[in-house]
Amino acid sequence: MSGNGDAPGSAGDDAPETDEAAVPAIRRVAGTGVPLRGDDIDTDQILPARFLKAVTFDDMGEYAFYDQRRDEAGELNDHPFNEFQGANVLAVNDNFGCGSSREHAPQGLMRWGVEAIVGESFAEIFQDNCKSLGIATLAVDHEDAVDLQDFIEANPDAGIEVDVRAETVRYDGTAVEGEVPDAMREALLEGIWDTTAVMRTNLDRATEVNDSLPYTDD
Amino acid sequence: MSEGTLYDKVWERHKVADLPNGQDQLFIGLHLVHEVTSPQAFGMLRERDMAVAFPDRTVATTDHIVPTTREGRERPLADERAEEMLSHLEHNTEEAGIRFFGLDDDRQGIAHVVGPELGFVQPGMTVVCGDSHTSTHGAFGAIGMGIGTSQIRDVFATGSISADKKAVRRVEVTGELGDGVGAKDVILHVIRELGVDGGVGHVYEYGGEAIRSLDMEGRLAVCNMSIEGGARAGYINPDETTYEYLKGREFAPEGEAFEERKEYWESIRSDEDAQYDDWVEVDADDLAPQVSWGTNPEQVVGVDEPVPEPSETRDPDAAESAQAHTEVRPGETMEGHEVDVAFLGTCTNGRVADFREAARVLEGREVADDVRALAVPGSGTVKRTLEAEGIDQVFKDAGFQWREAGCSMCLAMNDDALEGDEVCASSSNRNYVGRQGSTEGRTHLMSPAMVAAAAVEGAVTDVRAFDTADEAGESVADAEVDG
Repeated sequence: MSGNGDAPGSAGDDAPETDEAAVPAIRRVAGTGVPLRGDDIDTDQILPARFLKAVTFDDMGEYAFYDQRRDEAGELNDHPFNEFQGANVLAVNDNFGCGSSREHAPQGLMRWGVEAIVGESFAEIFQDNCKSLGIATLAVDHEDAVDLQDFIEANPDAGIEVDVRAETVRYDGTAVEGEVPDAMREALLEGIWDTTAVMRTNLDRATEVNDSLPYTDD
Repeated sequence: MSEGTLYDKVWERHKVADLPNGQDQLFIGLHLVHEVTSPQAFGMLRERDMAVAFPDRTVATTDHIVPTTREGRERPLADERAEEMLSHLEHNTEEAGIRFFGLDDDRQGIAHVVGPELGFVQPGMTVVCGDSHTSTHGAFGAIGMGIGTSQIRDVFATGSISADKKAVRRVEVTGELGDGVGAKDVILHVIRELGVDGGVGHVYEYGGEAIRSLDMEGRLAVCNMSIEGGARAGYINPDETTYEYLKGREFAPEGEAFEERKEYWESIRSDEDAQYDDWVEVDADDLAPQVSWGTNPEQVVGVDEPVPEPSETRDPDAAESAQAHTEVRPGETMEGHEVDVAFLGTCTNGRVADFREAARVLEGREVADDVRALAVPGSGTVKRTLEAEGIDQVFKDAGFQWREAGCSMCLAMNDDALEGDEVCASSSNRNYVGRQGSTEGRTHLMSPAMVAAAAVEGAVTDVRAFDTADEAGESVADAEVDG
């Protein structure tokens, strides 16, 4: 990232893949689904603490739901993350991603293949981390979340599409309305989900705020 | 929207700009850094050829991965990956000019213990850390928020985060706390009442008689667990208790500067007529010591109260699988539930006052034969303070292992972990499956005094019985449990 400040809307769908400075807009995620049932699934389940001992996120894809994907003998079981390999739309329930702030959790999901998450609600830090990584989250009603999970289980190869602009998930010929947080939606659509460069353009103003605070002269 | 609250005032004071994504750019007055969530952010910074913009507003320590035995702390650390993380932090902080409390500094400890006790955290600040328990610092009347690693990169590069202002919910905790009942019981009770996701979208402003009566250590424990209730931040308006605590702290202002600063601290208190988005009252009068029975921090019950039937809970499916995991039966009380491990410490309850509280229970008593008991001070400062008071001896005489500072068995990123299906009486903040290092392990959250009582009895015990025993000069509790 060059830090020269990507103006809003300067990066679009056709932003060159080869340029690391490119911040692609994400308008829709289309693929297949993976259902994961249960409320309050915490980030210790998503990515157990013992795998955080690494100075990069590179290997985190292997560790997503590591313990839950294995039986007592350490063999892979029938966990959805084993059964639905290749899926990119994760369907969850209430308060998904609660607990620890570890970005390793959404990093692990993303590196496993998740590009969008549809669920009843999301924990805040987790959702912020998703925004930082360009993973779309769509909040839908309880019944809609369960219906989507049921559908994916019955039709593992069926197409699922999350439309960020329309704030819907489309499958089986229907479109279910939901909600993408405003800031996430704007960021994804305009390709400004990476906030460092944008905020860097306000560095002088940040310095002014720093200097104006009564406690910064210690 | 809220108006005239501390949250509103501190937010406005720190706002840098409106961002194109509709969020605010918020200046961060204190950035606490540790070894687990920062190396990737330093890496991202390097990739972009950026430097840390405000190193003076940044303080680092090492806590999550450090061994807690003295011999285990010799370098290089036996665990190569832990050594790599620590080395990265040393190198990164040195290069950026960030103050770092490493293993060779006797002030090293858990970020959320070190920041407050050294006087770095003060009222009216914005505080972030790549750790969800950053909500702790709200105890001073600061806005403390946990952030992810990409946001750490943002703070390094810009001294700011991109954030939405949240709704403010006043949590008014009424009533008077009885003997043997404290801050940990209050916050467990609040989370039980409001739910693990009750605070999503909200910041909690704690107030009321039961909160005002707490010392700073107690307030830190309450705010620490805000995130367990889904609230990213929770705070308490600063008062004389806050100012007295800050006086004389190493990095707090002194003399005239202190008095000047106090004017700012007073100015950011919520106004008498502040408007809140929501107001809830929680009654803590005659509250019993609280114990978690399940696998999330709202699955809590008074020690003398029956564990609920799953159907009586907010989430019956979750309750059923939690009870299967912990082997706790509905209808029975937690009292008498056997424990294998007693763990005292963490960013919730690893402070001097917490160990004093536990020591009062342990004085003249011994840990049950088959219980493994760990006392892990939250920082080197806590440890030395307790040793100067002779409190370490109470723990050692009772049969506790007296350790060096770190996060330890809260999340078991070092060697301190549950084994197999061990049951742990823990002063930590999370009872998730696998949290303490074993997927079959069981965690029961409780106060430091209750952990000490459980250690002695080898089972969950109502610490109020111990207090009675003390006064009567005989061990009533022993008789009760054995009988």
